[in-house]
Amino acid sequence: MTTQHSHTTGPTHKAVEAGVTTVIGLFGALVVYGSIKAGINWGAEGPKAGFFPFYIGLFIIISSLVNLFNTLREEDDLLFAEWGQLGQVFSVVIPTGIYVASLPFIGLYVASMIFIAWFMRWLGKYNWPIVAAISLGMPIVTYLIFERWFLVPLPKGPVEELLGL
Amino acid sequence: MEELVNLFHGFAVALEPFNIAVMILGIVLGVIIGVLPGLGGANGVAILLPLTFSMPPTSAIIMLSCIYWGALFGGAITSILFNIPGEPWSVATTFDGYPMAQQGKAAESLTAAFTSSFVGALFAVIMITLVAPLVAGFALRFGPAEKFAVYFLAFCSFVGLSKEPPFKTIAAMMIGFALAAVGLDSITGQLRLTFGFTEMLNGFDFLIAVIGLFGLGEIFLTMEEGLNFRGGKAKIDLRVVLRTWMSLPQYWMTSLRSCIIGCWMGVTPAGATPASFMSYGIAKRVSKNGKNFGKGEIEGVIAPETAAHAAGTSALLPMLSLGVPGSPTAAVLLGGLLIWGLQPGPMLFVEQKEFVWGLIASMYLGNLVGLIIVLTCVPIFAAILRVPFSIIAPLILVLCAIGAYSVHNSTFDVVMMLVFGVIGYALKKCNYPLAPLVLAIVLGDKAEEAFRQSLLGSQGSLGIFFSNPLVSTIMILGLIALFWSVISNGLARLRTRTATA
Repeated sequence: MTTQHSHTTGPTHKAVEAGVTTVIGLFGALVVYGSIKAGINWGAEGPKAGFFPFYIGLFIIISSLVNLFNTLREEDDLLFAEWGQLGQVFSVVIPTGIYVASLPFIGLYVASMIFIAWFMRWLGKYNWPIVAAISLGMPIVTYLIFERWFLVPLPKGPVEELLGL
Repeated sequence: MEELVNLFHGFAVALEPFNIAVMILGIVLGVIIGVLPGLGGANGVAILLPLTFSMPPTSAIIMLSCIYWGALFGGAITSILFNIPGEPWSVATTFDGYPMAQQGKAAESLTAAFTSSFVGALFAVIMITLVAPLVAGFALRFGPAEKFAVYFLAFCSFVGLSKEPPFKTIAAMMIGFALAAVGLDSITGQLRLTFGFTEMLNGFDFLIAVIGLFGLGEIFLTMEEGLNFRGGKAKIDLRVVLRTWMSLPQYWMTSLRSCIIGCWMGVTPAGATPASFMSYGIAKRVSKNGKNFGKGEIEGVIAPETAAHAAGTSALLPMLSLGVPGSPTAAVLLGGLLIWGLQPGPMLFVEQKEFVWGLIASMYLGNLVGLIIVLTCVPIFAAILRVPFSIIAPLILVLCAIGAYSVHNSTFDVVMMLVFGVIGYALKKCNYPLAPLVLAIVLGDKAEEAFRQSLLGSQGSLGIFFSNPLVSTIMILGLIALFWSVISNGLARLRTRTATA
C-alpha cells in the first residue's frame, strides 16, 4: 500500500537516475562528435585539437553505460523526490531563471530588489515593512561594497541611469 | 635554516596592518560562510574572489585562505548547536557534538572542536613549512610526463578514495575535462567543441561552475528538504574554555593520530571530508571509550575536527609546490593564483618568495586569529541561524549572481551559473560527486597539455609514462589508487580465508 502510494507522489529515483545517466551519455556523444570535427589524428604539432576530448567523450559514454546498467539492475523503488518537494524546488528555480533573464534589461539592482521582495513575501509571508527594508537594503549594501569599495562594476538598467549611478 | 629566515620575512609581510585587517575580515566572512547552509569553503572563496581583484596578490591570497580557515571553523558551529552540518566535513562532528550540546555541554563541545581544529591546522602548517620547499625542489626535476603522472595520481586518488561509485566519479570527472576542453585549444590555436556559439569561445570558467554547482545546487536541495532551524543559545565563558583546555591533553594520542590522518588525506587529494570520517572511525575502534561514541563523547568531536583541519590545511601543500590542489577549495585558490598571473608549482618558491612565505606565515596567524574570533563570537554566529531561510536564500542567490557576473562582466555567465545550479542539483541527487568535476575543469587544460607534450616527445608512445623510475613510481601509485577498492577488497577476502583456514 505504502509502495503504491509512494509511486503516485513523485518520480522514482531509478527513473530519474536513468534519465540523468542517459543525458550524460548523450553529452559524451556530443563531445565525441565535436572532437571528430576538430580532428583526432596526429598532425604537424602532435595530436590534433580533438584528440584528447575524443577519448574523454568515449570515457563518458562507457562510464554512462556502466552506470545505466547498474541503475536498471537496482531493485529499490525509492522516490527521487515527492511532487510537492519538486514544486518547492521549481518555485525557486523558475523565479531565479526570470531574475537571471531580466538582468541585462533592468539591471542587477532592480532585479535583485524585486527578486528578494518576491521571495520574502511569497515564500516567507513577511509583512511589507520587513520586505521593503531587506529588499532595498541589500542592493544598497551591494552597491557600496562592490561598486564603491572594490570598484567592481555590476550591470545597470534604466533606473540606475535615471539616478545617474 | 633558510626556511626559518624566509618564514620570518613572511611574518613581516603578514603582519602589515592592511594584511591583518584583511585576515580578520576573511576569517569573519569564512565563519559566516561555514555557518550558512548552502555555502561552503569552495564556493565561498569563489563568490568572494572578485572582491580581491583590486588587492595586491599577497593580501588577496591571505584573505581567501582566511575565508577558507574561517569556513573550516564555522562548519562545527551548526553541527554542534543544531545538528546541521554546514560543511560536509562537519558531518562526523554532529555524531557526538550534538548529543553533547543536548546534554548542556555545548560550550565544552565547541571549545574542543575549535581547539582541535587549531591543533590540526597548526600541525599541517608546520609540516608545510618544513616539507614544502623540499617537495618544490624535488618537483623542479619534473618534465611533462612527470607532471602528467602527478595529475594522473591526483585524479586516480579521487576515484579510488571516493565514497561514491567509481564509474560515477569517472563520469563526473570526465564531464569536467570535457568542459575544460571547450574553446580555444592552447597548443594548436584551433577552436573546438564550441558548435558555432561565440559565447563559448573562452570556454567554461571554473568559478561559474563552482558557484552554480555548489551554491545554487545546495540551495535547490535545501528548498526540497525545507530546513527547519531550531534556534539555541550558546554561551562560552572563560571558565568553561579553561576547564575544557585542561582536559584536552589526555587525548593527545587521538589528536596526533588525527593530525597524521588529516595531513595524509589532505596531501593526497582525498580532502577533509573522508579525513574526518576516517579519523572518527579509527578513534571509535581504538579508544577505550569507543562504546560511548555517538552518545556525547568529547573524543568523538576531537578526532574529526583535528583531521578535517589538518587535511584542509595540508591540501595547500601540493597546490603550492606542485600546482596540483588537494581539495576543491584549494582548486579554487589555485584558480585565483592563476588570475593574478602567479603560476603555482616549484618555480613559485623561487620566483615569488615573498608571496609564498607571506601566505605560509598568514596560515599560522590566520588560524590563531580564527581561534580567538570563533571562541568569542559564537553567540553572534549562532544568531545568523535564527534568520529564516526565506530571507537568507534570496540574499545568497543574489550574491551568487554577482559573483558569477563579476568574473568576466558577462550576463551569459550568470545564465550558465543557473544551468550549472540545476545540473548540480540533479547530479547530487543522483549521487554523482561534484568535487572531481570542478577539479577537472580547473586542471583539465594543464593535464591535457602535459599529456600531449609528453606524447609529442615520445612520437605517440605511451611508454613515456613508464620511461624512468620517477614517472613509473608516480604512475604505479596512481594505478594503485585507482584500483584501491578492488585491492582492499581482495586483501580483506584473503585475510578472511586465512583466518577461517
